[in-house]
Amino acid sequence: MKIVIINYGAGNIQSIKFAIKRLGFEAVLTDNVTEILAADKVIFPGVGEASSAMSKLRASGLDALIPTLKQPVLGICLGMQLMCNASEEGNTTGLGIFNVDVVKFSNKVKVPQIGWNEISNLKTDLFNGIKENSHIYMVHSFYAPISNETIATSNYDVDYSAALQKNNFYGTQFHPEKSSEVGEQILRNFLKL
Amino acid sequence: MLTKRIIPCLDIKNGRTVKGINFVDLRDAGDPVELAEIYARTGADELVFLDISATEERRKTLADLVLRVAEKVNIPFTVGGGISSVEDVDILLQNGADKVSINSSAVKNPQLINDLAAKFGSQCVVVAIDAKNIDGNWVVHLVGGKVPTELNLFDWAKEVEERGAGEILFTSMDNDGTKDGFANEALARLSTELNIPIIASGGAGTMQHFTDTFKEGKADAALAASVFHFKEIEIKDLKEELKTNGIPVRL
Repeated sequence: MKIVIINYGAGNIQSIKFAIKRLGFEAVLTDNVTEILAADKVIFPGVGEASSAMSKLRASGLDALIPTLKQPVLGICLGMQLMCNASEEGNTTGLGIFNVDVVKFSNKVKVPQIGWNEISNLKTDLFNGIKENSHIYMVHSFYAPISNETIATSNYDVDYSAALQKNNFYGTQFHPEKSSEVGEQILRNFLKL
Repeated sequence: MLTKRIIPCLDIKNGRTVKGINFVDLRDAGDPVELAEIYARTGADELVFLDISATEERRKTLADLVLRVAEKVNIPFTVGGGISSVEDVDILLQNGADKVSINSSAVKNPQLINDLAAKFGSQCVVVAIDAKNIDGNWVVHLVGGKVPTELNLFDWAKEVEERGAGEILFTSMDNDGTKDGFANEALARLSTELNIPIIASGGAGTMQHFTDTFKEGKADAALAASVFHFKEIEIKDLKEELKTNGIPVRL
């Protein structure tokens, strides 16, 4: 199986590579269009700020490529948020895969949310073998509200999307690569899609 | 519901853990990676590695260690100790650290907080603050609490938040090493005045101390070293007790 991680200068790629390696596979970091198109699975990572991340994607043309991919794609954290229509963070448009706008948590709660929260209302094979209310690791200040593409929910300030799915595109707000055994199972499920 | 975090802290010197660590099941008590794996398996929510080496090669040794930890450990970890530039942080994050913790370098050059937050995002910038209560005034100290500054804990914490820190790790020098409990009054004030997560550090001795720091101290996370390293408290037992006391934890 050929697994690629899209390289556009987003941080903490190493943890994803190692998490895939612990599952017995190798992931290649690349921004090469041919290589991405030829992959069986594509991981779209992201840590940092939305509008500058979108600028990097536009500069490399990856913003046009990603929505056309046909194989299973997993956006993680900011990766998931960039797959949405738009984000309040830096008031940027997104890749428009998920039909929802990313917004900021209110100041009624501490921002960023950092730590282990629960995921519920789990749908799709991505969550095979995962119990309702399992704990996963979240680090974020912005969130995707609940939509008809929501396949897992969480609660902080409000109920929001812990994961989204549309056709071959999946996104998790949480970090499966940092979410202990639960995260490993979710990554394993993704690789089986 | 977001859970309260339990964070063991490992002191590192030249790539090895320091302080006697009483783990009979460890093959090599000085190997931080093996210890980190055990903590990850037994319920730690995060790990902090605090580098206290003072050698020329320390940067490279620490970067290598981070890479080895990231390879084996499936929970988040923070690295601190002697980090003073954007370049230092870049290497550590590239090698797989989730967050970095800065202390003295932030006091000496507060702009570093802004620079790190802008380049890497607030979520990976932890500012550690050591303070002592001197006649009712919480004074920020440097060099492990040896050198007093002009800064007041609450003013500095507020500034740190405004500059873009994602979290504050507050160690009370009065409580550290006493095993008499955390500095809950100061912690509660930090938690109320600031809108970023606060990690309590210094003073853990019993399981009740953790309950107290989450309830009275309003802490978001609690960090400890020796009570975990010497197995005076098992993390799993601690979390069971916290749950019994109505505190949300990941079990």
